[in-house]
Amino acid sequence: MKGPLAVVTVVGLLACVPLAGASNVTLNFLIVAMLAALVGQGWNILGGYGGQYSFGHAAFFGSGAYVTAILQVRYGVNAWVGFGCGIVAGAIVGGVIGFLVFRSGLKGSYFALVTLAFAEVLRIVGSVAPITGAGVGTLIKLDLRPEALQFQSRAIFYWLILLLVFISLLIAERLEQTRFGAWLMAVRENEDSARALGVDVFAVKMGAAVLSAAVTAAAGCFYAQYFLFIDSSIAFGSRVSVEALLAAIVGGSGTVFGPLAGALAVRSLGEVAKLVAGDAPGVDLAIYGAVLVAVVAFAPRGIVGLGATLWARLRTGEAGHLAGSSSRG
Amino acid sequence: MADSLLKVDQVSQRFGGLLAVNAASFEVEADSITALIGPNGAGKTTLFAIIAGFQNPSEGRITFAAEEITGIEPHLLARRGLVRTFQIVQPFATLTVRDNIAVGAHLRHPDRRAALDKAEIIARQLGLGQLLDRPAENLTVSARKRLELARALAAEPRLLLLDEVMAGLNPSEVRDLLPVIRDIREGGTTILLIEHVMQAVMNLSDRVHVLAEGKIIASGRPEDVVDNEEVIEAYLGEGAARQYGTSGRPS
Repeated sequence: MKGPLAVVTVVGLLACVPLAGASNVTLNFLIVAMLAALVGQGWNILGGYGGQYSFGHAAFFGSGAYVTAILQVRYGVNAWVGFGCGIVAGAIVGGVIGFLVFRSGLKGSYFALVTLAFAEVLRIVGSVAPITGAGVGTLIKLDLRPEALQFQSRAIFYWLILLLVFISLLIAERLEQTRFGAWLMAVRENEDSARALGVDVFAVKMGAAVLSAAVTAAAGCFYAQYFLFIDSSIAFGSRVSVEALLAAIVGGSGTVFGPLAGALAVRSLGEVAKLVAGDAPGVDLAIYGAVLVAVVAFAPRGIVGLGATLWARLRTGEAGHLAGSSSRG
Repeated sequence: MADSLLKVDQVSQRFGGLLAVNAASFEVEADSITALIGPNGAGKTTLFAIIAGFQNPSEGRITFAAEEITGIEPHLLARRGLVRTFQIVQPFATLTVRDNIAVGAHLRHPDRRAALDKAEIIARQLGLGQLLDRPAENLTVSARKRLELARALAAEPRLLLLDEVMAGLNPSEVRDLLPVIRDIREGGTTILLIEHVMQAVMNLSDRVHVLAEGKIIASGRPEDVVDNEEVIEAYLGEGAARQYGTSGRPS
C-alpha cells in the first residue's frame, strides 16, 4: 500500500486509539511520541530527502514555541493566531539560517556544526533576553477553553497533534510525487549532477529549509500549548535537535513513514528502558544508545528500510543480495 | 560553413602559476559532432567545465546560440539547452534508473507523470529498458555511462557536452554506443565530445580540435588532424612524427 491512501489508513488507525478507551497515561505517551514524529518529519524533509543533516532543528522548534507563548502572554494575542504566527516565524528563521548557510556553500559536517551553532546562539539569547522570560521561562496561563487552544480532554490534544502529523505525512508523500521532491533528492545524491541537469540547487535547498522549519515550528507551537511552559533549554536545547534526527534516522530517513515509526520506536524504547533500569540514573540512556548503534550498524535504512528488505526477502525467498538492502551513508 | 552554435573565444584559465587553458578558441557548428582531443593534462576537462558554467574563466568569452554565456550558472545554461555529462559518472546512486532520468526530464516537464513517461522512452532508446527499476548504484560501468547520457538527453539539450563517455568501456561496448550517439545527433542535438578512444573520435566526429598544453594546436577533419605533425608530437613527444615516417602537413 502506497501513497495518500496509506497515510490516511495509518492516521485513521491512530485516531481510533482514544475511542478504544486509552488511559491518560497512554494518551500522554502517544502525544509525546507524535510530537517526536512531527519534529522528526520536519527534519526528514531537509535531512532525509535533501541530505542536509541539521543538528540544529531546535532553532525552529524553539522559535515556534516562543512566538506562540510570547504573543499570548505579553501581547494578549489569541492562541490560535499565535499558533499560526509561530509556524510562520519558524519558517522565517529557517529561511534566514538556510540563506546564510547555503549561500556560503556549507555542506556535510560543516552544515551540521553551523546549524547546531545557530540553535545554541538562540538558546543563549533565550536564556537572557527579558522578552523570553530569561532564566525563568514563560508560563502560559491555564485557560481550558477551545478558543484559547487548551482542552480539558487529552484526546483532543492527541487528535490535534495527529492532525499535524497527518499534514506532515502528506507533505512527505507529495515530495515523492512532485518535481520539487525529485529535485530535492537529486541534490541529496549529487549536487553537481543536479546542477548540470538544470536544478537550481540553492533554491531547492531554500525551499526545503523553509518547509522543514515550518513543520518543526508547528511541533514547537503545540508543545507550548500542551505543556503551557517553556524555557530556553526546552525550546532551543540540543535535546530537540537530537530527537528530530533520531526519529527520522531510526525510522528510515527519506521515507514517508520513517519519522513516525522511528518516534514510536524510540519513545517506546525509552519507556522500556526506564522500566528495566528502574531509578538507576543513566542506565536508560545507555540502553537507548546501544539500540541506536545496532540500528545504524544493521539497518542503515531504518525500520522502514528493514521492513521493506524483509518483505522483499519473504516474497522472493531469496536470501542473497537484494537491491533494497544496500546501505546508504 | 554553417552557423556555429558554440563559440569559445580566447578563453584562458589560470590556477595560481599554472596556465591550464591558454587563449583557446574554437567553434562548434550546429548539428555537428565535434570532438575535443588532446593528451592527458591538456586542459580539456577544465575547458569543458568553463563552457558548462562550472568554472569562471580567467579571461575570454563563450557564446552560445549567439548570446554571451560566460559566467552564467550551470542550471541556467541547462535551461538554455547546454547540458554536460561527467567523465567520472555521477549517478544519483540510491535512485532508480527511471528516477535518475526523470530528474533530467523534469527540466522540460514539470508534471511528474510526464517526466516519468519521458524517462521510460529515453531509457528504451539507450538500451536501459530492462534496468528501469534498478538503483543506479547497482549498474555496471557500461550501464552507468549510458545512464549519464540518458539523463542529459532527457533534459532535451540543443548542445550536449560529453566528457569521455567511452572511457572504461571495452571495444564491443564502444561499438554498441557509437550508433546511439549518432542517433542523438540525428535527433537534432549538436554534440561536443572530449574523447580519448580514437575509434570513437574517427567514427563519429565531423570536426576535431586538438588541445595541448592549454592551446588549440590543430583543427580540422579527423583524418587530417591525425596526420598533423604537431599533433603527433604533442601525443608522442618531439621528433616522433619524423621517426614514424608520417608525411606531416602544416595545420
